[in-house]
Amino acid sequence: MEQPVISLRGATASLGSRPVLRGVDLAVHRGEVVALLGANGSGKSTAVRAVVGQVPLTGGELELFGTPRRRFRDWSRVGYVPQRTTAASGVPATVREVVSAGRLARTGLGPTRKADREAVTKALELVGMADRIKDSVNALSGGQHQRVLIARALAGEPELLIMDEPMAGVDLASQEVLAKALREEVARGATVLLVLHELGPLEPLIDRAVVLRDGCVVHDGPPPQAVGQHALPGHDHVHPHADPAAEPIRTGLLS
Amino acid sequence: MDILELAFMQRALLAAFLVGVTAPAIGIYLVQRRQALMGDGIGHVALTGVGLGFLLNTSPVWVATAVCVVGAVVMELIRSYGKTRGDIALAMLFYGGMAGGVMLMSLSSSGSNANLTTYLFGSITTVSQQDIVAICILATFVILTTVGLRRQLFAICQDEEFARVTGLPVRLLNLLVAVTAAVTVTVAMRVVGLLLVSALMVIPVAASQQIARSFATTFAMAVAVGVLVTVSGTVTSYYVDVPSGATIVLLAIGVFVVLTMIATPLAKRRAETAAAAERCTLEETPAGPATDDVQV
Repeated sequence: MEQPVISLRGATASLGSRPVLRGVDLAVHRGEVVALLGANGSGKSTAVRAVVGQVPLTGGELELFGTPRRRFRDWSRVGYVPQRTTAASGVPATVREVVSAGRLARTGLGPTRKADREAVTKALELVGMADRIKDSVNALSGGQHQRVLIARALAGEPELLIMDEPMAGVDLASQEVLAKALREEVARGATVLLVLHELGPLEPLIDRAVVLRDGCVVHDGPPPQAVGQHALPGHDHVHPHADPAAEPIRTGLLS
Repeated sequence: MDILELAFMQRALLAAFLVGVTAPAIGIYLVQRRQALMGDGIGHVALTGVGLGFLLNTSPVWVATAVCVVGAVVMELIRSYGKTRGDIALAMLFYGGMAGGVMLMSLSSSGSNANLTTYLFGSITTVSQQDIVAICILATFVILTTVGLRRQLFAICQDEEFARVTGLPVRLLNLLVAVTAAVTVTVAMRVVGLLLVSALMVIPVAASQQIARSFATTFAMAVAVGVLVTVSGTVTSYYVDVPSGATIVLLAIGVFVVLTMIATPLAKRRAETAAAAERCTLEETPAGPATDDVQV
């Protein structure tokens, strides 16, 4: 069988003295779209941060593209969207400048060429932000910030896309745009691992859902139905929809 | 222009120009990662280097550079390893550096209170031939780093975690930022003084970001503001007998106030244009996504 793109076996990790991952097994194969679900504090964010090397594992094994994490250097194959609410920092920056940072996975310390600038434009077109390329990121809405952060990851033309809560604080219109962008990436052959709070408009794209509870995998299989989210083990999400009658209409539109 | 015929003023103006370029050039990265006061910390540590230079009877600029680099690297390591009481460790470093400088200065035969004051508050007209050579070499290093690696330094200061996942040598680049900041402090110490160094790293950047929308424009404007205030401040201090460091910093604050006043109507007009362009879209409904994540 083909080597999985991500292979996590018996992974344990702690934040401070608190164990957050307690033996997680996770394999993501080429072309798969895997959603990592679970309640707050279940370890889903720590799991993806461990995969990209931002949280050290205290035990277990991690391989990326068949290479042990310690020896893995090929970061241009990985696109990462960290959990953020803003793409801004202490100094003004344009959308182009922020997204161009993603291209460093390819250029490293070298110069920027025409192909690099084209990749940045293409990534912004994919998330529907090409018309805002010269705008300051400070002028963007929450959903647009998230679209810029995703474009930044796409600018490096990665084979594997890892996203930590890309839909948090994103308005419905932006969610639809992101679902479309992701669909195009998947059609291109990309592999995706993403942390989600709820499946939302991405549901039809997702091949497999892995549910964590207290740092352990409690479900690994087909994604649960949108209407049956409450049946998910460990799912304590309280639906915010004030009108229960709106629920079936919403899922009907999106699935 | 008799001012340009005097050798000490030629040196002073060259030093002022180089400080005007280098301090905002590294300062923008410190402001970007919200470490605006790091220059101030390095300035305190530099005083130990100056004292040591006097005690050893060597060039205070080079010894201060060495001590600053060590201090800045220690600060960067404390920052990146995020020890729980990092602020206390930094405070020790700052005040230890200050006290060490005063102590070493008083122990040396050539050091005096007058000498201490010239390093604390700057004394641009006493810049020697030897100093100007050191300043030129160090300034070249700062400019090459901050301009040549601008995309990489932008990325690590914008979002360090993301930069690490792109495979950039983030730890090395962070140390480079710290070392470059340390070098800049010693470049600027003769011109504005160790206590006012940080002002030139922060205020021109703060002033230009009132108007600029991109990082590149902020960078260019900050350097322009830096050069404007250091050179005009030096000329002012020649004609009117006032200290150069204080004049430069007050001029920088003046530029900041003026640009802020220009920026307010400008920002209003931009907001109106943006609102007109975005009318009738679903984007501007902040209540929508906020309620979507409600937890009970």
